[in-house]
Amino acid sequence: MPEAVLPAEAAEIPARGEVTWLRFWREFAESRVALAALAGVILVVMAALLAPLIAPQNPYDLRQLDILGNLLAPGSRSSTGYTHWLGTDDQGRDMLSGILYGLRISLGVGVVSGVFALLIGTTIGLFAAYAGGRVETLIMRIVDVQLSFPAVLVALILLAVLGRGAEKIVLALVIVQWAYYARTVRASALIELNKEYVAAARCLAFGPARILFRHILPNCLPPLLVVGTIQTAHAIALEATLSYLGIGMPLTEPSLGRLIANGYQYILSGKYWISVYPGIALLIAIASINLVGDQLRDILNPRLRR
Amino acid sequence: MTVFIIRRLMQSVVVLFAMSAIVFFGVYVVGNPVEILVAPDADEAERARSMAALGLDRPVWAQYLAFVENALGGDLGRSFVFGIPAIQLILQRMPATLELVIISFVIAIGLGIPLGMYAGYRPHSAGAKAIMAGSILGFSLPTFWVGLMLIMIFAVELGLLPAGGRGPVASFLGMQSSLFTWTGLGHLFLPALNLALFKLALVIRLTRAGMRETMLLDYVKYARAKGLSMQRVVFVHVLKNIMIPIVTVLGLELGSQIAFSVVTETVFAWPGMGKLIIESIDKLDRPVIVAYLLVIVVLFIVINLVVDVLYSVLDPRVRLAAKA
Repeated sequence: MPEAVLPAEAAEIPARGEVTWLRFWREFAESRVALAALAGVILVVMAALLAPLIAPQNPYDLRQLDILGNLLAPGSRSSTGYTHWLGTDDQGRDMLSGILYGLRISLGVGVVSGVFALLIGTTIGLFAAYAGGRVETLIMRIVDVQLSFPAVLVALILLAVLGRGAEKIVLALVIVQWAYYARTVRASALIELNKEYVAAARCLAFGPARILFRHILPNCLPPLLVVGTIQTAHAIALEATLSYLGIGMPLTEPSLGRLIANGYQYILSGKYWISVYPGIALLIAIASINLVGDQLRDILNPRLRR
Repeated sequence: MTVFIIRRLMQSVVVLFAMSAIVFFGVYVVGNPVEILVAPDADEAERARSMAALGLDRPVWAQYLAFVENALGGDLGRSFVFGIPAIQLILQRMPATLELVIISFVIAIGLGIPLGMYAGYRPHSAGAKAIMAGSILGFSLPTFWVGLMLIMIFAVELGLLPAGGRGPVASFLGMQSSLFTWTGLGHLFLPALNLALFKLALVIRLTRAGMRETMLLDYVKYARAKGLSMQRVVFVHVLKNIMIPIVTVLGLELGSQIAFSVVTETVFAWPGMGKLIIESIDKLDRPVIVAYLLVIVVLFIVINLVVDVLYSVLDPRVRLAAKA
């Protein structure tokens, strides 16, 4: 059964266009923590995008590596006169460069899997809401069962089944995440389906696809945006965890999780930097995305409106 | 009530069968365990003999049928690596995981409820803000990295606690556990703390939200007006009501805690079920993977059922019969 129609919040409908964006920005900027987090997200994204340009060294170019300069402490100078601000790892790779490239892989995996999960989950969720009846019950039951298991366990099972590789881990992350999007979209679509504009669109004999994607979907975007932000942070953390466990990204494409795992054996001998710095990069990425997501939720949730 | 439980049990059996089939067929596709378990220089005859011994020469569906038949009799196959029944291997490792999970819950509840109550009671104080900032960190920090940092600080730099392993176990009332030796407790502390952090953040948030909502209700004002001390109102009247959502969420999280112990056990070399499953995935030890997953699914189903029933006991407003 479709849920009850919410009373129209006529007073809440903002003016169109630029004014909406301005107002949105002003509400977002009310929290200094959220602004700092946004700066963190921009920093992390820029670092990931520009890694090949700003990294002092290409950590995967074997010619640039100096195996004799391995396990150097942060701030020490290499034989070529270059200062390794964050030290070097066991292969003599510059940690700062390794982190920038690792961030690129971690964020890439998180965003790509998030986009695919969003597309698939949204389509399935819209379809479930529109179809109703048994189809809807079946889809939502599958979603419920999947969400009752922790993501890390589901991903673990999938990777045990699928084997290893970059495309496998993206696939596993998509399968883990789609259910969140499906549930979110269905909940908002059910409310939208009962509104008058949908009835009007039906009277104009628009097809289901046009009604769903052109009319209903845009009205479901706010909650999707929030879930998408927070899920991306989850996906990055999950990928790092799986890489740490040795079933994530392959050695040839080390994400931050793999870098941290590499440093594990050296922690016991006091060489902390190999694990600590990639972890801090990971923490900045995850925490700032989470905080931005929190603020978006506060702004976009009409119940929390002041 | 009985109808509700029976319905839920029947659903659970369906889930269990679906999971066993997905997992079994999935694991079959991964690769050929013979290549891992038989020496690379073995000749064809020896390979064939090993495959027959492991039952790998039969078609997949025949292997699955044999598996289901054995599973119903409590036999989930033998580990390729250890040569002992998979279920026995898992049950051997289970106490180590369970003691880790239980202690982490004690930490999460013991610290989380007081901190959350304080944060909810004085939401604008500096202490409350610090607590909430800490809980955001608890959600954002990846468990495995925190584990490494704990090892680095407490084991390497300060040398206070051991970096890994389970330590000696002792028997008490017929239970073997490291809870009963001092060294064992020392070994347990860091992994349990590591595993507890995420749940600690969750408990703090739940308790704080509950506190803030409940403190505004009329019965709290009435109790105050009646002349009861604030302490009594908070610790007796309010606490009882905020416990309902906390118990529900924590109950459901018990299962996820067992799953998350995979990470903590790997970091701290803790010989539990989680470390076993990672090793088994590494070695493609199929029977152990399948058995582990089935054990986990059963645990989940039982936990969810118990929580649902407990919920109705705790909160008389919930009518299970109406839902069923």
